[in-house]
Amino acid sequence: MALALDDLKSKNQTADRAFRGATLAGGATIVIILGLIAWTIADKSRLAFKTEGLSFFTEPRWAPAANVYGALSFIYGTAVTATIAVLLAVPVSLGIALFTTQVAPSWLKRPIVAMTDLVAVVPSVVFGLWGIIFLAPKLTPVFKRVSGWFHGVPVLGRIFGPASSGRTFMTAGLILAIMITPIIASISREVMETCPLTDRDGALALGATRWEMIKGAVLTHSAGGIVGSVMLGLGRAMGETIAAALVIGSSAAITANVFSPGDSLPSVIAFEWGEATSDVKRSALIAMGLTLFVMTLIVNFVATAVVNRSMKRMRGES
Amino acid sequence: MTAVIDNTSPAPAMVPLLSDLSSVSGRRRNKNMVMTVLMGVSVVVVGFVLLLVLITVVRKGWSIVVSEFPKWFTKDIQLSPRRAGPGMKAAIVGTIVATATATVIAVPLGIAGAIYLNEYGKRSAFARTLRFLTNVMAGVPSIVMGLFIYVFWVVPRGVDGLNAFSGALALACLMLPIVVRSTEEMLRLVPQNLRDASLALGATASRTTLTVVIPKAAPGIISGSLLAIARAAGETAPLIFTVGAAKATNWNPFSGTNTSLSLQIYANAKESFPTAQERAWGAALTLIALAFLFTFGARALSGRLSRTTES
Repeated sequence: MALALDDLKSKNQTADRAFRGATLAGGATIVIILGLIAWTIADKSRLAFKTEGLSFFTEPRWAPAANVYGALSFIYGTAVTATIAVLLAVPVSLGIALFTTQVAPSWLKRPIVAMTDLVAVVPSVVFGLWGIIFLAPKLTPVFKRVSGWFHGVPVLGRIFGPASSGRTFMTAGLILAIMITPIIASISREVMETCPLTDRDGALALGATRWEMIKGAVLTHSAGGIVGSVMLGLGRAMGETIAAALVIGSSAAITANVFSPGDSLPSVIAFEWGEATSDVKRSALIAMGLTLFVMTLIVNFVATAVVNRSMKRMRGES
Repeated sequence: MTAVIDNTSPAPAMVPLLSDLSSVSGRRRNKNMVMTVLMGVSVVVVGFVLLLVLITVVRKGWSIVVSEFPKWFTKDIQLSPRRAGPGMKAAIVGTIVATATATVIAVPLGIAGAIYLNEYGKRSAFARTLRFLTNVMAGVPSIVMGLFIYVFWVVPRGVDGLNAFSGALALACLMLPIVVRSTEEMLRLVPQNLRDASLALGATASRTTLTVVIPKAAPGIISGSLLAIARAAGETAPLIFTVGAAKATNWNPFSGTNTSLSLQIYANAKESFPTAQERAWGAALTLIALAFLFTFGARALSGRLSRTTES
């Protein structure tokens, strides 16, 4: 009997260990895939770097016919569109998060959260389609009027320069802003909800208005998490491909004018892929993928660390 | 001021106090009001944009989907972008095939990974690293996933590598971190005493997980997976390099090029012909309907879950 029980036990243990191993394997695929992404993409980029050298990052010209492959204008475009998107999305997202957590009556909270989540469900290509066919033609006269206002003004005149079409850095930034708003709003909301009631009540008891309470208690308390959520939004804006590819105008340009057509890393990869017949051109496009991968990796790395740290600190405090 | 201090119930007296501080109080109150209004406005702005997008898609897509009704779902795509008329069956089938294949790959792997994180790894250094990497992977741009599968999987197979399965691999890379994160969140909600009770009865850890923990968390796990599916179904960038460009229906994920609703929207949006653009709007309507269907399904499930755990 004792022998049989031992037997059963060891059999059970084997099954148990096998199950544990299987779940570990499931988790390990993430590490493996991330490693494979880095390795294979870096490997296929070698040809481009061998042809161009480090000037790949500093050469503004993209002229496959002349065998010149520079990524600088696309890196610039990625940075500009992502910056516009963040500048537009942050105030709106924080407004939504504050409204849901501090102002809205409880019956209104769920509908607002559901509405913000629905924005995240709309596929990016649909935003792109809407942007190129519906929004862009309507924006052209708006851009023209705005650039007229700032004509001749020192710095702003160059940023809001002459506009000729609706497919510009600004259009791409606008569409990206819509897409990252639900990300920033939902994470900020979660962080703000952890703000201790005692902090809020304390501020109100001292005679603060609601806005002063928000400034003094809620925003100070959630600053770390908000910064993290904004960075996650930035990472998403940098990597978003299709919506940007459709509305950005697809012409490599480095200019301060946000009303000028431009191009970004993900959009040039998607756009030029079909016409990339030579090995060097494909390799150059993959090298741009690598650049994008590293850029988003850094942003997400920092963002995740910031969010984790502030979440941990808040749990410790409350 | 003295009136306030003398008052035994300060709360009602606070109101005249605030208005007494004439200019300062007025500025503070105005600022408060302006900021509150701005918060409300930001909610309205996003609601307005969402509504505008949805109305545009429905208004422009409706006619081609319902004209000659079943044809949109039963006919292959017009070969020339200039030709008018419905037919999106190939793309609908392609989206379903690629997304279903990706689900079969990513969901079991993701659930396994989440079980490891929550039931075995817990707070160990490896599990913490894994959790961190999962978050990092969730932020990898979808186009990089597509490039990765192209380089790693499609190139060694040549032209035969362009099929729905390759696309599904790229989509699976995208879904995996989402599934891991949402599943772990759900497993964490399962009360520890259920596990303890099962273990005390002599069940092994694996048996406890499979028969006690997973069934308890099932609605949440399914809901999280549905959200991941909705996300994958709408993705375009990972498919550009991996599934090729077909216009005829292909149910076989392992051979032959394919297409998808998202790819059709992308391709037709770039065309200047109104006939092609009309098809893009129709495909957008179909895709949004599909994504919302999965999302509402997930919401209904998670709503039921929160009710069962509350009672």
